[in-house]
Amino acid sequence: MDAIYEKIDQGIRIDSREALDVFVHGDFLMLGHLAGRIRQKKHPEKVVTFVIDRNINYTDICVSECRFCAFYCKAGSGNGYVITRDDLKKKIEETLELGGTQILLQGGMNPDLDLDFYLGMLRYIKDNFPIHIHGFSPTEIHYIAQRCGLPLEELIKTLMDAGLGSIPGGGAEILVDEVRQTVSPNKCSAGTWLEVMRTAHTLGLRTTATMMFGHLEKPGHIIEHLQRIRDLQDETQGFTAFIPWTFQPGNTGISLMPKTGVEYLRVLALSRIFLDNVDNVQASWVTQGDKIAQTALAFGANDLGSTMIEENVVAAAGVDYMLPKEELIRLIQTAGYIPRQRDCFYATVREY
Amino acid sequence: MKITCNDTTLIPIAKKVEAGERLSFEDGKALYLSQDLISIGNMANQVRKKRYGNTAYFIYNQHINYTNVCSNMCSFCAYAEEENSEKAYTWSVDQIKQRIMDRIEEPIRELHIVGGLNRSLPFSYFTDMLAMIRQIRPTATIKAFTAVEIDYLSALSGASLEDTVLTLKQAGLMMMPGGGAEVMSDRVHDNLFPKKIGKDRWLEVTEAVHRTGLKTNATMLYGHIETLDERVNHLLSLRTLQDRTSGFSAFIPLAFHSQNTKLSHIPTTNAFDDLKTIAISRLILDNIPHIKAYWVMIGEKLAQTALFFGADDLDGTIIEERITHTAGAKSAKGLSRKSMEHLITSAGLEPVERDSFYNDVRDLKGEA
Repeated sequence: MDAIYEKIDQGIRIDSREALDVFVHGDFLMLGHLAGRIRQKKHPEKVVTFVIDRNINYTDICVSECRFCAFYCKAGSGNGYVITRDDLKKKIEETLELGGTQILLQGGMNPDLDLDFYLGMLRYIKDNFPIHIHGFSPTEIHYIAQRCGLPLEELIKTLMDAGLGSIPGGGAEILVDEVRQTVSPNKCSAGTWLEVMRTAHTLGLRTTATMMFGHLEKPGHIIEHLQRIRDLQDETQGFTAFIPWTFQPGNTGISLMPKTGVEYLRVLALSRIFLDNVDNVQASWVTQGDKIAQTALAFGANDLGSTMIEENVVAAAGVDYMLPKEELIRLIQTAGYIPRQRDCFYATVREY
Repeated sequence: MKITCNDTTLIPIAKKVEAGERLSFEDGKALYLSQDLISIGNMANQVRKKRYGNTAYFIYNQHINYTNVCSNMCSFCAYAEEENSEKAYTWSVDQIKQRIMDRIEEPIRELHIVGGLNRSLPFSYFTDMLAMIRQIRPTATIKAFTAVEIDYLSALSGASLEDTVLTLKQAGLMMMPGGGAEVMSDRVHDNLFPKKIGKDRWLEVTEAVHRTGLKTNATMLYGHIETLDERVNHLLSLRTLQDRTSGFSAFIPLAFHSQNTKLSHIPTTNAFDDLKTIAISRLILDNIPHIKAYWVMIGEKLAQTALFFGADDLDGTIIEERITHTAGAKSAKGLSRKSMEHLITSAGLEPVERDSFYNDVRDLKGEA
């Protein structure tokens, strides 16, 4: 184990076998120590960043019916919504009033929506508001491409032309098909998820990457997931950030104990250590709460994500942490860092 | 490979800790001023590991808060009520009995009993309560009454501190919780709890209790108006008393919750402060056996994390915590044995269910 620790500390890349070893057997504080030092090297300024944005879920109707999801309504059930222009307008205006710079625009795989809906929505936003659109996870993009019969590249180009500014890394769950087949059988395969990201990166569209763990995966699957992200990042350098977060079992089809604080922090530290080519690692206060999110700053995270003026998906699973901007700033300051509001590409918007 | 201090000011302290040398006031202060969370945690974790290896403790317990009527009305408290308040309650001995009988089938090892200073209760209420509990719950430890209550009961009975405790002991008292110390500083006392006993009396009462052979815990309420100097001095006062009596069993840092108190403008404590306070307690209190991470106040997730920052005990299952929840705690009101065990095993440690005196009771699990 010492040899792996030394290697990590010298900045030498570890392979998946070594990663599995430190993940499963490594000392908890040692993982934090190593991850903290890597973070320090990558971000020598004593700064922790965050973004002010709002989640806008344009529809909750979804054909995917993932077992881990408490948010969706079955397509054809007569329930569910598609966002109205008025609602969209109001939500964006509120976001801008609160100093927001972007919206996270995501929704279910809704069979009633066609390409014109998506393009219309993007154009409407860009025509009326000075706001960045971080939208459509690879799952949605793949679904839209299939529905309208466009190749991925052409679809992404079209979405970019209409105003799409970057792609969120959601829907990655665990990028291993044997796990996906159990928890989200109707969602795109790991290969497709990566292909969407590769295509976007090639077109110059930056994206984030996520990992949702704590359901039916094994430690080896987590490493495989990280390996795939690292490999693609070597190829494209298109990922701005990595965001691991834990599955919240409330109101879902999977019944188990949620991952604990220590387990989350181990994964977070491992992510920072293994993903030596990704600049930013985000702590997830939405799933972990303010205390573990702050602790995560000592375990490799350099960003607290978004203030999330509105969050619906995790809240539907019974977890509802609220963290206004002032609280986020206090968390950062009391951990000894300078809070900095950033935009989607990690450029400074304002320092506090 | 060893974890080295990123904050170089900590290196001399780390050396002292490694050599088992006692830390000074300045060391405590330097630890508090540093933001090198992992290094501070690592020092405390080494100390914990030397004492307890891979073990982390918890207890199956029940809280009984017999009254919320309290003449002290401390400004940090959301629980206390005036006698004529609508929210005021006082349980009769029979009502307490009912609470215990409601859960008599559960393997409860300890009853944690604290309440306000209610001037309408006679001394016999307390001895009757103890005698009743001893009779219906003979296998559980009765851990009751903070030093504040003991001081009050001594005045009420007109007997000396020691005689008062001996009378209570005879009726069934087996241990004392550590509350009521708040922060041992005259300045904080005069500001926040002027009617409550101060530092000197708290230490005097606790010493008298230790002289009767009863073990007690000790606490520190932090995160309100106290300074770091006052916190470190609080720990040093406890350490000095412990050198004389060896009567403290565990130390429990209590994170202040301000909601519904007169100090509601004060935000909740942050995780760095919570973890550092636990670690610094472990490091300074070299003569107090156990450090508890009280999950009610810092949440289950952080309490679990604190097992790597010097804590060796997650306290109890509780089930119906009242006091901190009145002040806005967002944690659960109780945790099952299964949840306790899961928190500990998923941290890679071995859960040991204990009694009040840290005896392993795993073989007796179902009984009691």
